Order: sequence, then C-alpha cells, then structure tokens
Amino acid sequence: MSEARLEAAEDRGVDVFGFVARFAPLLFLIVLMILFAAIQPRFLSQINLFNVMRQVSITGLLAVGMTFVILTAGIDLSVGSLLAFAGLVAAAVAKGGLENRFTVGQGGVGYGWFAAALAAIAVGLACGWLQGLAITRLKVPPFVVTLGGMSAFRGAALLFAAGGPISGFQPSFTWWGQGKIGPVPVPVIIFLLAALIAHIVLRYMRYGRQVYAVGGNPEAARLSGLNVNRIIMSVYVIMGFFAGLGSFVLAARLNSAEAVAGTGYELTVIASVVIGGTSLFGGAGTIFGTVIGSILIGVLLNGLVLMNVSSYIQQIVIGVIIVLAVAFDTFAKSRRRKV
Amino acid sequence: MFNRPAYLGDSRADGPILKMTGVSKRFPGVLALENVHLEVGPSEIHALLGENGAGKSTLLKVLSGAQSADAGEIELFGEPVAFATPHDAQRAGIVTIYQEFTLAPDMTIAENVFIGREPGSRLFVSWRRMAQETKAIAERIGLKRDPMTQVRDLSVAEQQLVEIARALSMQSRLIIMDEPTAALSETEVVNLVRIVRALKAEGLSIIFVTHRLEEVFRLCDRYTVLRDGHYVASGRVAETNVEAIIRMMVGRDVGALYGERPIPEHGKVALEVEGLTRRRNARDPNAIELIGISLKAHHGEILGLAGLVGAGRTETARAIFGVDAFDHGTIRVDGKEVRFSSPRDAMSHGIGLVPEDRKKQALFLSLAIRTNITIAAQDEVSRGWFIDERKEDVLIDEFRKLLSIRMASPEQAAGQLSGGNQQKIVLARWLALRPKILIVDEPTRGIDIGSKIEVHNLLIDMAKQGIAVIVISSELPEILAISDRIVTMREGRVTGEIARTAATQEILMAMMTAHKSGAPASAA
Repeated sequence: MSEARLEAAEDRGVDVFGFVARFAPLLFLIVLMILFAAIQPRFLSQINLFNVMRQVSITGLLAVGMTFVILTAGIDLSVGSLLAFAGLVAAAVAKGGLENRFTVGQGGVGYGWFAAALAAIAVGLACGWLQGLAITRLKVPPFVVTLGGMSAFRGAALLFAAGGPISGFQPSFTWWGQGKIGPVPVPVIIFLLAALIAHIVLRYMRYGRQVYAVGGNPEAARLSGLNVNRIIMSVYVIMGFFAGLGSFVLAARLNSAEAVAGTGYELTVIASVVIGGTSLFGGAGTIFGTVIGSILIGVLLNGLVLMNVSSYIQQIVIGVIIVLAVAFDTFAKSRRRKV
Repeated sequence: MFNRPAYLGDSRADGPILKMTGVSKRFPGVLALENVHLEVGPSEIHALLGENGAGKSTLLKVLSGAQSADAGEIELFGEPVAFATPHDAQRAGIVTIYQEFTLAPDMTIAENVFIGREPGSRLFVSWRRMAQETKAIAERIGLKRDPMTQVRDLSVAEQQLVEIARALSMQSRLIIMDEPTAALSETEVVNLVRIVRALKAEGLSIIFVTHRLEEVFRLCDRYTVLRDGHYVASGRVAETNVEAIIRMMVGRDVGALYGERPIPEHGKVALEVEGLTRRRNARDPNAIELIGISLKAHHGEILGLAGLVGAGRTETARAIFGVDAFDHGTIRVDGKEVRFSSPRDAMSHGIGLVPEDRKKQALFLSLAIRTNITIAAQDEVSRGWFIDERKEDVLIDEFRKLLSIRMASPEQAAGQLSGGNQQKIVLARWLALRPKILIVDEPTRGIDIGSKIEVHNLLIDMAKQGIAVIVISSELPEILAISDRIVTMREGRVTGEIARTAATQEILMAMMTAHKSGAPASAA
C-alpha cells in the first residue's frame, strides 16, 4: 500500500522540511538574537532583555487571545481600540471618577487596583461578546465586525475621557506594570502565566479541541454535534478578556491611560500570531508559537532601536514580515498537500 | 530499459496516439510511480484502474503537465513531448476533466467554455460568436441549455457537459476523465456513456478513471491496472472479467464480492418517520422538497434508501438528524416522539449521521486523527473539562483494530490518509458514540474496493449488534448487497418498499423512476 510506504517514510523521520517548518520561528529568533548580539553587545544585557520582555508582554497578552480567534479562522482588528477604551475605564475606576483624572497619586477616593482590573476585564468581555453576537447572529464576517469595532471602541474611548489622559495612580496599581518579583518584571509574569493557561486550555481541554475543530471545518464540527456559534462567540469573549487584562497592565506600566493608546497594535498582535505559525485559515497553530512570535517581533523592534533605525522603517519591517510569514504558511501547506 | 508488455505485440494498423514508458515519480520519502507504462490507441476508451493510492492521479498529473516526472518518456502521435504546464498539454490536445470541476459558477456556459480563449478582437470579446460556437458544441453532446445560462444554475451532470464542451472547443484529441460518474445518478451515467461513445466515434480517445467496474465493462475498450505505483497489466476489456481485474488491483483474491446473505430477524422499530414534509420557502428557493415521507427502521436491520440524485434521500436524513428544519411530520425514536433542533440533540438520542461529502462535511483534514475520531464522543474520553489521553488512546486503538485503519500514529493529520482510511475514521467517530440508529450517506463513495468491502462488512456487523442502520447510496449494487429492506424515493416522495431478496437492479430502477407512490409494496 502506498500509504504504508508513506507511514514508513514518516517513521524514519525523513521529513526534514516539516521539522524545519515547525521550529522555523524559534530558529529565526535564535539567529536574530545572535545577529543583534554580534552587532550591538548591549543587546544581550540583562536589563535590555527584561526590557524587551516587558514591552512584549502587552502585545503578547493580546496575541494569546488572538490565537483563539485566528484558530477559528476569525480575526479581531479591534484590539488596539478596545485596549484604549478598557484602559480608560480602569483608570477612571482607580481614580474614583473622571473628575479626579489629573490629580496625582492620592487624589480622589479611588476604588483600588482590584476594582479597576475587574472593570477593565468586564469592558473587554462585554465588547468581545457584542462582536461575537454580531458575527454569529447577524452573520457579518469577523473582518467587518471588528473593523467596525476598531472605529467604535476608539470613538468610545475618546468620548469617555473627552480626549484627555487619566494619569497618576496608587503604587499598588502601578506595581502591576512597573513592579518586579525578583529580577522579573510583573507584566512578564502575567504574560507567561496567561500563555501557560491558554496552552493548557488549547492542548488538554475539551474546549480547546473544539476550537481547532471549528476552525478546521465548521460544517463538519456542526454535524459532529458541536455548538459552532457558541464556540465562535467564546473566542471573541476570550479575546476581550485579554484586551481588558492587557489594558490594565498597560495603564499600570505607563501610570496613565489615554484614548490613543494601542493604536496600530492589531497589526503587531496579528503578526505575532501568524509568525508563530498559526494559520489564518484556521485549525492550525499553538500558543508556544504565539509566544515565540511575540518575542520575535519584540526582539526585532528592540534590535532596530539599538541600531538607531528609524521607527518608520520598523513599521515597514513589520509589514514585510507579516506578508512573508503568511507566504511561508501557504508554501508549507502546498508542500504538505503534495506528499 | 523496461520489459515490453506482451500486448505491445498487437498488430494495429496505426500506432498508439499516446505512449508513456518507464514513468517514475518520487515525492519526498515516497515513491509514487515506478516504471509505469500507458498506451492509448486512436478512438479508444481506455480504463485506468487501481485502488486509491495506486498512482493513477500522479500518472494523470504527469500526463496533463501538472507535475513533472523524474524519469520516463511520453510520446504523442509518435513525437516525444514534455509538458511543463497544463497549458502545454492542452495545446498538444490533452485535456483533463477533474472530479472537482474547475468552472466559474457565476459566469455563463459560453464564458466557461471559452475562458482564456474568448473569440473576438484583441480588446473585445465577440459574445455573438462565443454563444454560437458554444451552442454548436453543446448540441453535439446533448447539452440543451442557453449558452448565456449561469453555470451555478446547472445540475452537476450539466456542469460536467460544460467541462466536456470546453475540452472539445480546445480541439483536444485525448480527454482524461477522472471519476466522471462519481457524482452522477444512474440515468445521468447512461447519458454520459452515450456521449463518451459518440466522442469515440468522432475519433477522440478517452482515458477513463472509475471505481465502478461495471462501467469499465459497459464502456471501455482497453484497460491498464496500477498497484502501489507499479504497472500491473493492461489488455482488452473483452478478454477479462471483474474478478480478474479486482485481483490485479488488490493483488490478492477478495473472495466473492457479494456473497449470499439471508435476511436476519430484526428487532423492534427503532426509528419511525411519518409524513415528513419540507416545502421550499423564500429563504431556500432551490431546496429539494420532501413530501409526506414515511419510513421505519428496525433494530438489527439495514434499511437501504435508494433513489436518483435529487430524490431527497440526503435531505430526509438531514431533517431527521436535526440539521435542516422541516414543516411538519413526526419522528419517533423507540416509540417516543422527538424533534431535534440540532445534530447535538439527535446525537443525545443515540442517532448518528455519516454525511455524504467526506471532505467537506465530515473530516478535519488539517487536524490529528485523534481529534477526528473522538470529537463527537468527548464525553467518553474526558475527565471533567479535560481530555484524558489515556482513555482516548484506548478508544482509538479499539477502532483502529475494529476497522483496520492504517495510520502511522494518532497524531497524523487526517488529510494524509487515503480515501478508504478517511472514511473509516469518520465511521469510527460515529461508532465511538455507540449509536442506536446510524444513517450513512454514500458510505463508500470514491474509496477503493478493498476498503469498500470492509465498510460493508462493518455495517452488517453493526446491524447484527442491534443497531438500526440506514444506508443511502447511489450505487444499486451496493444497496442490493447490504440492505435487508429497501425504500425507494423519487422527487421527495417515497415510491415503494421491497425486501432485498425480491429486488433486482431493474426492479429498483423502475421503483425509483415510478410516478405513483406505493407501487410494489412487499415489505420484509
């Protein structure tokens, strides 16, 4: 039987290409790090590395949520706007109201970091739910719904804070963005913890399997008894959760929330997920890949900064890389199909 | 060099139009073709036979320029040729009609026939000429449609005729048809056979790939059999028989294809459908209507549902399974009235449905076999919210043995398996649910004979265990081989019911095309 021979071939592990394709992001990251270290020794300093990780942690958190969305062959363009909106709400709660927005530190009777975090997450969940509702009930494609969300949430953010920033929080609040446990920045811990939980959910839980199934073939998923609409709905709610959590950490790190925060993040986040090997066509990808993809983009940007490359060029680099990553995915797929 | 097959000694007046010799093709880690020969004479219908994975598709891809061979020669009309692209092959007169059509559904018949070669000046298309020429070709093959009709509005059989018209418009000398009858009903097959014979009479040669051996004997002049990427034999169809061909394809004796089997005693009524009716509505104006469908399936019996394509068999199954809504009618499972609003609902009452289109409706091609088998039966392999992979492995192993699924490991992607193994994976998914009632829609479409017999035996075994099995199939030999009782349908109505022992293909055809309901009604 020819498939018997194919099995035998796979047992022997001759599929070098498959192996390289699988670890391509990691290999690329290592090469990039060696390259930057050779050009600019400062790159490898502990301070710089933790700095990179801290910068990565916000987009990384969003990318973890985005992985769920893209696994179902969806997309969420609204994350940057939602980040700003939820962050402002968290800030207002932390300050005890909008009227205290410019008082620094102890100004106003705030509701504390915990209430602020909950508020941010609640806003994220609600907005994600709304978008999921539009996608599943109104049958509008995710691209269009979240493009609308991108505009609407940015508008909501501007409206909410009348365009101005809300800054100056209690130390207990800013610790979540600026603090450290040992040498490790708190946002990095939050990001890696979130990634670990997401990995467990996708890899070991029934729900995770269902997400892959819906992304792999929605019709087959429905005929196999899955509630496809509910699963699609859920990934946008999960994305909303991570946007809310991310907004809280970002506000804490900057000690400020503003309506223009997170502009352009959607691209960085989607790029992180795609570079990490998650297919835009759904049904394939891992959280591990997303973590590598996020770090890869962070390292790339950091390295370019250290080499004094203009930030305009950085944008061009990200744009080119996302196209190349998808081209690679398409190539790998056609390659698999031939065998 | 290779050994000359004996048949090359044939003295034919004019030489072969196509001669492929010593063709080899290697993919990373797999030898897909090794030293394969194929010779097609003028005005010849040549059957290319082999199980899935035998190398037919690869050989045809090499011939049509879609892939290049690593070794071997192709001679066309005595001239050595090498095609770098499908376009090269088309220019040389070889056109391939694939199983999945390559038509643009929103364009007209004429546009599809002349796509890329529109008649007219450099800038403008002459619609008038395009329509005229399309009409002329369409009449030759009996396609009675306005050339300006959108392809979307055509039936599958008509779309196939458009593909043939396109091949003819390219002045092709050799048409390759990859399983052209797989999606056709019996009457449509009869029509296609007539057209292919007419093309032969016009001097064209045709390479015909099919899994239905009766078509080979009905239509083809010569055959070539491949197995595991190797050339096995070729010869005149008139000088062989079904058993010999199967032996060549499978490489061993498969025993009597369909042995005698008494109709078993069956149990109580498992599923009862009464007056199931589904009308067209504004949201679904092209839907196939169901009018007063009534049928019963018993525990321990296989009920065959026969009918032409479009008779409403699949629609009946989908309505029962809660996929599509219906207007009225009652469904009883083990005597209790039920109405399912989703497949999930139906599954919780012990009903399973193996859908007709394996790739589009059943498989997760990019996902692991593991997920493909257990996705519907997650309750069986979980502890709380988590998958218990040890339980899962036990379950997968059970079905791997039961269905003799050939796979490297449960982590292999389902898309890498052959059609037969893929179908077994889908069956395993539903068996893992331990259903009381299982509806299987075209359970052996496009799979090789070895797997086909295995699937049939499996269905018979399931019925023995008390499951009510309902088989929908467009292949009458299949219906006759495994059903205990057969219900026929036509245009959304049940037209009759007959015991297998009383049925023949002719009787069934008559019942499937009968106009009045309840013609012969000799229930089992």
